[in-house]
Amino acid sequence: MEGGVGPGGYTCHVYMPCIVTVMSLGHTLLGLLEDHPSHGYDIKRVYDERFGHDRPLHYGQVYATLSRLLKNGLVEVDAVEAGDGPERKRYSITEAGVTDVGAWLARPESPEPYLQSTLYTKVVLALLTGRAAADILDTQRGEHLRLMRELTRRKLDGDLADQLVCDHALFHLEADLRWLELTSARLDELAVAVRR
Amino acid sequence: MTADTLLKAEGIHKSFGSTPALSGASLSITAGELVAVMGPSGSGKSTLLHCLAGILRPEQGSIDYQGLELTTSADSRLSALRRSDFGFLFQFGQLVPELSCLENVALPLRLNGMRRRPAEERAAEWLERTDVADLAAKRPGEISGGQGQRVGVARALVTQPKVVFADEPTGALDSLNGERVMRLLAGAARDSGTAVVLVTHESRVAAYADREVVVRDGRTRDLTAAI
Repeated sequence: MEGGVGPGGYTCHVYMPCIVTVMSLGHTLLGLLEDHPSHGYDIKRVYDERFGHDRPLHYGQVYATLSRLLKNGLVEVDAVEAGDGPERKRYSITEAGVTDVGAWLARPESPEPYLQSTLYTKVVLALLTGRAAADILDTQRGEHLRLMRELTRRKLDGDLADQLVCDHALFHLEADLRWLELTSARLDELAVAVRR
Repeated sequence: MTADTLLKAEGIHKSFGSTPALSGASLSITAGELVAVMGPSGSGKSTLLHCLAGILRPEQGSIDYQGLELTTSADSRLSALRRSDFGFLFQFGQLVPELSCLENVALPLRLNGMRRRPAEERAAEWLERTDVADLAAKRPGEISGGQGQRVGVARALVTQPKVVFADEPTGALDSLNGERVMRLLAGAARDSGTAVVLVTHESRVAAYADREVVVRDGRTRDLTAAI
């Protein structure tokens, strides 16, 4: 897909980076480290390939995040390699990090516009780390439907203005749910793709 | 089985030839509860509904309706149960084309042995409740799809059933008419204390339910419990 804004409007490569910053970078890096220990450079490269599209991470963001994760005991340096340039640290996830990323993956996101990016990231990381991606999607479906039930009750008790406002939110949530259902149906395909 | 459980299916298996439709599906419903059954096309949700209503007989598993095991009950017993305790609402209304709307709504009462006049009086009350009293004398071919479904809601509830089985009741309607039908169905069922098993692929329709169960590959999962 081409990046930029063309006559047809915003493409995926414009849309994704605009919303990708709302998700947790720390958890995403933890998930990548759970897949296998890496150097900061490799983590950035894998992140950019999978999630960065045409808005790659800055090295500063990567090392600042790794430093915070290190300070919080979620990652550790398991090797320091000397090279031609500065020493290279290889990071690995700790037990506390695995628990933290597991809790983040299992926690449903608050239904809101442009959620797909975070959910897509969660699903890919679940597949990479051998977790049940279908459960993540089902938990999110449950959370979306819970909010839709709440809006429906508000709509039934409200006046026409309430109904129209609630309908607007309901149609957006319905679109999210259709994406969740379609992704659910494509999980086997996606599992093969992320392991390539 | 808790005291207020009305219908409980456990470990249902049902195949059509060599194709499995349900592979261990389970579902329980309490009195007055509205449960949405969701899932992709071909997942087995309509088959589950037909098993719960005693229309299809599963090969394995149990379905308990107030102490009666449906999987081993005689066809005649199941037919009587469907007339007395269950109501049905389908995607395309399935009204009898030769009968007027009033006669269609009165039909389940007449099949239960009620005399014509009281049956039609009660049918007229239900047409009034579902906002289609003016259609009483018309035949199904003379009314719109949305109006037909409102007559269908009246027919499903006229016997004051314990459970209504609704299979994609808004599937053939536009958003506004679908909304009207769901308001009527959910409102009337709650007022009457009738439980509803609602098969739908539309999440906006499922949002009228108290909880949602998803059927995938012939198995059930309660999404409300998943949160």
